[in-house]
Parts: sequence; C-alpha cells; structure tokens
Amino acid sequence: MPSLKDLKNRIGSVKNTRKITKAMQMVAAAKLRRAQEAAEASRPYTERFNAVMSGLAASMGDASGAPTLLAGTGKDQVHLLVVMTAERGLCGGFNANISKLAKARANALTAEGKTVKILTVGKKGRDALKREYGQYFVGHVDLTEVKRIGYSDAQGIARDVLARFEAHEFDVATIFYAKFVNVVTQIPTQQQIIPAVFEEQEDAASTVYDYEPSEEAILADLLPRGVATQLFSALLENGASEQGARMSAMDNATRNAGEMIDKLTIEFNRSRQAVITNELIEIISGAEAL
Amino acid sequence: MADTLQFDLVSPERSLASLEVTEVQIPGSEGDMTAMAGHAPTITTLRPGILRIVSAEGTQSFAVTGGFAEITAAATSVLAERAMPADAVTAEMMAEMKVEAEKFAEGATGETRDVADKLVAEMSELAGALSL
Repeated sequence: MPSLKDLKNRIGSVKNTRKITKAMQMVAAAKLRRAQEAAEASRPYTERFNAVMSGLAASMGDASGAPTLLAGTGKDQVHLLVVMTAERGLCGGFNANISKLAKARANALTAEGKTVKILTVGKKGRDALKREYGQYFVGHVDLTEVKRIGYSDAQGIARDVLARFEAHEFDVATIFYAKFVNVVTQIPTQQQIIPAVFEEQEDAASTVYDYEPSEEAILADLLPRGVATQLFSALLENGASEQGARMSAMDNATRNAGEMIDKLTIEFNRSRQAVITNELIEIISGAEAL
Repeated sequence: MADTLQFDLVSPERSLASLEVTEVQIPGSEGDMTAMAGHAPTITTLRPGILRIVSAEGTQSFAVTGGFAEITAAATSVLAERAMPADAVTAEMMAEMKVEAEKFAEGATGETRDVADKLVAEMSELAGALSL
C-alpha cells in the first residue's frame, strides 16, 4: 500500500506528463496544418508533371531508345529501398508501420534471391532496420536540421539516388512512406520510382504536341526531375502523416493521463479517509479505556 | 478566337500565378518564345531566365530556373523548379543559385560538363537581366 506522500507525488508527476503531452498535441496540430498546406500547394505541380510525363512516356512507347530511367536496365536483380521515416519518435505507430512494410518487402526480395540495398531517410527508420538489415545499408539522409521541407531537400536525395543508378548500383528503386489520409489514418505505401511508372491517363493522347527540343531530349531532361518530384511529394505526405500520427498519439496519451489522475485521486482520497478513520478509532478506544 | 489564355505558373512548393493573360514570354531552352491565344500545342523545357506575362493588369515578371512549359491553344502552364517574382529575387539568392550551379559544374565531366557550363552562363545572364 503506497503512502499518502507517494500517491501525492505520483499524481503530481502524471499531471506534469499530461501537460507535456497536451502541449505536444497542440504543437503537432499547428505543424500538421502547415504540413497539409505544403502538401496541397505542391499538388498542382505534381499532377501537371505526371500528366505531361505519362503523355510523353506513352508516346515514346516501347521504343528501343527510351532512357533507362523509364525503360529500366532490363534486369531486376538489385533493388534499392528508400525508406522514409520521421526524425523523431512519439508519433504512435508511424515509424514502425513504414519500417514494417519495408521489412516485409526486403524479406520477400531476399527470398526470391534478389539483392537488397537500403537507403534511409530519417533517423527512426534507420534505427528500426539497423539490427536486422544493417548489412544492406548503403546510405542515410539526415533531415534533422531541416525545419521546413523544401524542394531542394528532395533534389538532394534525388541526386544521390540518380548517382547510384548511373553507377549501376541498382536496377529498381522503391520508396516507402506513409500516405496522409486524415489525422487518424496514414497508409504506409510503397511506390516504384525507377524505372518510372506513370498512371495511364485517358485523355493524354488527345492532344498532339510539338516538342522543343526533341521528345527524347525533353524526356531525358524531365525524368530525373520526375524522381525529385516524386520524392518531394512523398516527403510532404510523410511530413503531414507524421504530425497527424503524433497528434492522435498525443491526444490518446493526454486522455490516458487524465484517466490515471482520476484513478490515483480516488485512491488518494480513500487512503486519506482510511487514515482519519483509523485515528478516530484509536482516539475513541483510548477514551473508552479510561 | 479568344484573345486571352489561361496562364498558370507552379513550382513544386506552391502555385505562383493563375490568371488570364494576353501573352506569355517564355525562356525556352532553345530560345525565347512568346505564347498567345491559339498557339500550337507545344512542350518546351526552360532555361534559367525571366518569364514575362502580359495581362489586362499590366506586365509581370518572374525569375524561373529549369522546368518546362506546356502550351495549348487556350492555356499555358509553366512548371518551374524554382520560380519567384522577379523583384523578390535578392542578390544573396542569386549568389546562392550561382554557387550551386558552379558546384555542379565542378563535379561534372564530359557531356554533363557542357550542360553545367551552360547553366552557369545562363545563371550569370539571369543575374545580369535582374541587374544584381
């Protein structure tokens, strides 16, 4: 049976925890709004870009001269998994879900006898994968210092990935991130970026464009940008997902702390009452003995 | 035939402009071009330069770096990697972009070297055009 003093201390400490989680929830809510705005602001670019690219890719068809970024290297032996997670924890299952998806993919690939290479973006994913898949790591991108994700961050990662591709370090690249649906739902997603995959657009073929310079030159110029664009939108989605996940995790924590405080307070009151009753009994029985 | 066309300027980070304009001057990689209503459908890549739009409210200028423009008879969309209103470009930003281009040029070899050198030259030209 804990003493009154112990209970009082515990109530105090849980109250402090609740203050912290409440504050974190509010910070996450503010950041979420900003992250969502950023994700929305980037959408027109991404949509347009993909529309043009899929038109181009479709018109290139399976011409033999298609760039390797689009057509692939013709093999799929070496896979690069780009695992994008958060730099911080305390956001529920967010990081774990992404790493789990990446792990499943890595296991499936190694079971097929393929070579797996892992590039991690964000500290938490690296920590989660280090133990089992440390030998596959080829690099890590640290975004701890980045306050607001900009296009240049995505470009940096894209440059790294493309340099590895040019050096024939891998054949297929897949990114792992969480798609933001709403505050309580974030879907861990995998998406192949090299060779590029574009959704078929129905009206893509309706307009015949003049190309300046040639179609091939434009495609060669745009494909690397496409990698950066996809990475950028994934980073933004991830940013919004992280804040959403943290917000709901912290909301839960705040609620749990509240329940705990209620329970502890009841216990505290009961023991105090028990102490008073005990003292009364002692006094009364003392008086009767006289 | 309508005498205006819908113009959109978007960068990955935000949409900068969306309005009805009478003409758009685009710094294409093969040379400048002006798009007006009824232009033949064209897709062109961009070089770093100044993009000018002429609308009923007057002329606006934007500094853009690489990207591409999609021109149709009724609309022009410019997707620039980096874009900002020309008068918002500061000397520091320009210097930063130049340093970036030069760094890229240093590491490049062969064919990419030519591309990189061209990029550096275009950056200087852009700086000159902005008188920075």
